[in-house]
Amino acid sequence: MAILFKATRSLENQIDEYLDTVSQGLIVFGEGVRHYLERDSIRFEERIKAIERLEGMADSLRRSIEGGLYGHSLIPEHRGDVLQLLESIDDLIDMAKETLNQFLVEQPFIPKPLTRHYTELAQTSIQAGEAVIVATRAFFKNLSAVKDHLHKVYFFEKEADAIGNRLKLAVFQSDELELAQKMHLRYFALHIDNIADVAEEVADRLTIFAIKRTL
Amino acid sequence: MTLFLFSSGLFLGWSLGANDAANIFGTAVGSRMLRFRTAAIIASFFVVVGAVVGGSGTAETLGRLGAVNALAGSFTVALAAGVTVFWMTRASLPVSTSQAIVGAIIGWNLFSGSSTDGGTLGQIVATWVICPIIAGLLAAGLYLGLRFVLVRAHVHLLQIDWWTRAGLVLVGAFGAYSLGANNIANVVGVFVPAEPFGDLELFGLITVSGTQIVFFLGGLAIAVGIFTYSKKVMDTVGTSLIRISPEAALVVVLAQAIVLFVFASEGLRQWLIASGLPPIPLVPVSSSQAVVGAVIGIALVRGARELDWKMLGGIALGWVATPLIAALISLTALFIVQNVFDQTVCRPQAPLTVSVQ
Repeated sequence: MAILFKATRSLENQIDEYLDTVSQGLIVFGEGVRHYLERDSIRFEERIKAIERLEGMADSLRRSIEGGLYGHSLIPEHRGDVLQLLESIDDLIDMAKETLNQFLVEQPFIPKPLTRHYTELAQTSIQAGEAVIVATRAFFKNLSAVKDHLHKVYFFEKEADAIGNRLKLAVFQSDELELAQKMHLRYFALHIDNIADVAEEVADRLTIFAIKRTL
Repeated sequence: MTLFLFSSGLFLGWSLGANDAANIFGTAVGSRMLRFRTAAIIASFFVVVGAVVGGSGTAETLGRLGAVNALAGSFTVALAAGVTVFWMTRASLPVSTSQAIVGAIIGWNLFSGSSTDGGTLGQIVATWVICPIIAGLLAAGLYLGLRFVLVRAHVHLLQIDWWTRAGLVLVGAFGAYSLGANNIANVVGVFVPAEPFGDLELFGLITVSGTQIVFFLGGLAIAVGIFTYSKKVMDTVGTSLIRISPEAALVVVLAQAIVLFVFASEGLRQWLIASGLPPIPLVPVSSSQAVVGAVIGIALVRGARELDWKMLGGIALGWVATPLIAALISLTALFIVQNVFDQTVCRPQAPLTVSVQ
């Protein structure tokens, strides 16, 4: 029983660490987008390296948590839900890393007047991701507070959609850009917005899992 | 010969261990919260302790109902109860060893011409009816209390899991003790008046009474039943029959254990009498019905719209049908054992003497 208690404590810490890592990944993503828009390539590349490290850490933590939960047969009633939840949260940091890499590889040309929209879109998507991480923490420790955070996820996801639409409108109304550039910029708006969409998907799952836990 | 005649009690014990241990550890093992081996060791140890330490109270009540005073009679009565349980289980009818043994004893009373103490019988039947109700009320209260604490304490899901496991071990041990104390009378209680074993002195230090030997062997039979056959039942209980959370399972086992303990504890009875409160009758009750009562109690608290009337009807049917069937089988078996196998199934009872000072 003492060994199990130790394992339980260790897994609890790992879950916290995992959520911290994903949350840091989102912050790094926001910083990366900002540095790219400011054309600060040195700091942007530092952020790329940081998010790759964090994504690797998140993956290894997730695998370790999965192994621990199965190895010690912990939370048999909720194990499947918890693993699904952690895996879908992993999509957040994966998406953030992939988007930053696309900035690095494709180097989209973003005219100055549009940078404000991209920053706003990135920040709102990050807020949606942050809210779902807080809701996940509540799922483990304070079930009744889960819905207090989930409504924020849905709010930020809708906001991100609205900002994305405004951004795309501004892109396609621009006289300075070629159609190919416009398509390229739309593509990046969609990628950043995808982070909020992933957050919404996690929130949908979390809603069901929270209801299942109260039964 | 004594051991052979005792075998029907051992068989009853085995079947009790095989079936009723699942009421204590079924959900924990079925849902993989506990390993079967751990559960079986805890259950076996505490069942034997409960039988030897606390089994006398309920055995005395059964003795008041009918003192089966010949070993072949005890064998037949226990066999009749065992056959009833086996046959009703095969026919998928709800059955309890407690009710079967009471019916079988009444069968012996009828066969031997002994009178059945109406007061004791009434007390036993009333306890059967009350037992699932008390278990339901207890489970509802405990469940609400646990939910209140869990909502406010902000304990991590993994911590809840650990505490639930620890709780299932502790409460399971208590449940096994209570099962041994309460239900040992069903298994070997009918052998006590026949006194198949004499007192035994161990190393010149401890004297073990013949009754304690009877209870110990009965407890061992239950333990063998737990080890050899209860895993199957536990897997069924844990995975298909009752789908409740491990926390709710903890409450169910605790409620059941308390009910079985209350109706078996001589110490509690003495304390109530000393405090001027009405004593609780020490009666063997059905652990399965206590579990069903507890599950219904939790379901009602959680807002179940309708009760499973079929299940409740089954319990009520068990109160009437099981003793009747057991009494009939017992009567028939006693007739066969006495007239075909030429065994003494009852001895003439000494007339009641009243001393006049």
